[in-house]
Amino acid sequence: MYVAVKGGERAILNSHELIAETRRGDTSVPEVSTRQISEQLGLAVDRVMAEGSIYDRDLAALAVKQAQGDLVEAIFLLRAYRTTLPRLAVSEPVDTAQMLVRRRVSAAYKDIPGGQVLGPTYDYTHRLLDFALAAEEGVGEPEAPVGEAPLDAGMPHVADILDYEGLIEPEIPDEDASEPFDLTREPMSFPADRDQRLQNLARGDEGFVLALGYSTQRGFGGTHPFAGEIRMGEVSVEIVPEELGFAIDIGDVVVSECHMINQFEGSAERPPQFTRGYGLSFGHNERKVMAMALVDRALRAREFGEAAVYPAQDEEFVLYHADNVEAAGFVSHLKLPHYVDFQAELGLIRKLRREFEERQQKDAAE
Amino acid sequence: MSAVQEARWDEAYNFAYLDEQTKRMIRRSILKAIAVPGYQVPFGGREMPLAYGWGTGGIQVTASVIGPDDTLKVIDQGADDTTNAVSIRRFFSRVAGVETTEATEEADIIQTRHRIPEAPLREGQVLVYQVPQPEPLRSLEPRETETRKMHGYAEYGLMHVRLYEDIARYGHIATTYSYPVMVNGRYLMSPSPIPKFDNPKMQGNPAIQLFGAGREKRIYAIPPYTSVKSLDFDDHPFEPQTWDESCALCGADNSYLDEVVLDDHGGKMFVCSDTHFCEDRRAKGHRGELGADPAALAFARTADEGEAQ
Repeated sequence: MYVAVKGGERAILNSHELIAETRRGDTSVPEVSTRQISEQLGLAVDRVMAEGSIYDRDLAALAVKQAQGDLVEAIFLLRAYRTTLPRLAVSEPVDTAQMLVRRRVSAAYKDIPGGQVLGPTYDYTHRLLDFALAAEEGVGEPEAPVGEAPLDAGMPHVADILDYEGLIEPEIPDEDASEPFDLTREPMSFPADRDQRLQNLARGDEGFVLALGYSTQRGFGGTHPFAGEIRMGEVSVEIVPEELGFAIDIGDVVVSECHMINQFEGSAERPPQFTRGYGLSFGHNERKVMAMALVDRALRAREFGEAAVYPAQDEEFVLYHADNVEAAGFVSHLKLPHYVDFQAELGLIRKLRREFEERQQKDAAE
Repeated sequence: MSAVQEARWDEAYNFAYLDEQTKRMIRRSILKAIAVPGYQVPFGGREMPLAYGWGTGGIQVTASVIGPDDTLKVIDQGADDTTNAVSIRRFFSRVAGVETTEATEEADIIQTRHRIPEAPLREGQVLVYQVPQPEPLRSLEPRETETRKMHGYAEYGLMHVRLYEDIARYGHIATTYSYPVMVNGRYLMSPSPIPKFDNPKMQGNPAIQLFGAGREKRIYAIPPYTSVKSLDFDDHPFEPQTWDESCALCGADNSYLDEVVLDDHGGKMFVCSDTHFCEDRRAKGHRGELGADPAALAFARTADEGEAQ
């Protein structure tokens, strides 16, 4: 087999060696293990799993290590690996009402059935650098106290409490769609239904979705949200194998979920009701799911007959630009040579300038 | 099994990286694209191990049509040794174990970015274009829902108005690359960002021309011997680029030339963008005006052997 070896190829191979050396850094410092990343940089791993669309902590940790902590690059690695995986089954919808809750808060009610569960959160830490973490001897083995009683097994969704009174729009399962839209198998299509939009947002760049969600709060599409409920914990995933015909549990995944409750004026046909915005993500990704819930509601403008005038309400704008693997690729492709087209533009600009000068001279002569 | 029959590619991956179902889906899209020349067929594009915008559409198309006995040529800017062309060639050497070549006439499949080779293509060859933006109307209308309607109704007045505005402002059409073409008298099509110099080569070409846009998830095609007309007006006919200069290395006066800057006070030379075409000519004894100049020779050597580090 003949493979042309040229300067470009040698430069590429050398750059691979250089990136490996740079990634390792100072060799007098111990190498970080993927297990350490998975355990101690868990939120980075969670983000990579969520936007990489694979629930696998070990692979996500490997991607974070390989990408030197560049999470967008790590997400890209995981996505490219995902392409090579066969699809064995489609799971049943996960039931987040049955979640083994680690954290669950509502900003809409002071107390709720099952209680407010603060769980592990940075919310009430004072953001002071903790120099104890930088100490040579490390932090030892911190241990949180165990609660006196286990959490309530029943933790109904706050939205369901409102639903009981008819104060919030009912959530009606889509009966015609046997399987939800899958962006990883089909190209985007418009107008997009909510399943396509939610999948896009769940995979979308956290920063982009956050900024869009923020924009709706600042006035570029006000939807007056209340954080009805945010919860995080383990849910079990079930599939129904054809040969069995009933659901079996294939494992647990940690997910974060957010229900936003938004105002709605009502109309001649509909009584005033709160409306919903929804966010769900693999892992502990609270900022992401809150932003996602804001943008989900904004994108439902068409459904509620609202004029879609702001960026967060514009589904082509949001859906086409949310994916950071696509965005990073296309921005970075400007690094590729463009000298053929640049040459074409050079030729044109010289011609236009020549014509301009000729006109000037002609005008001066007259 | 003899050593010859053993897989020549990295067996951690399916042949040509994509699984067979995905390739079948892409082949169906390609067949549809060939049946409706110039129409953009949406396809379930996959995430590839190369970045979006770096040829993922072309790579998926190539991966779906290539066989173990095919010979592949990859060019970027007309050159076989630009880093991304090298990178894509390495990818296929690894995941498909195919032979690669720089000779246009020896290749079964030529994957390209921004150029059509100077040497005429023949029947049986496949030219795969990498396409960053498949929609020729996108710069005029950002919404896909609108542009699909415009194609449906063959409503291309907007593009003619844009070209007319160029004429009103500059006296001539000021589009130098991605110059829109009408395919088979029906669909307005982006030729990908090739210079308009290359547009006439698409017309009636005996090779199959396939276009892959990975990020935008579209495939389109021009079957052999199809009419591909660059948009123009009766009183402002289409004109490809021309140069006053000829190639400093091989003396060609009919090829697309790149400008090579020699110093920082205006010194420059022009050389063929198609490196194989230029080498071939020099091997046949053609010499340009700088053919014996030490600086030009050093450049040619760099281009041929590669000194980039």
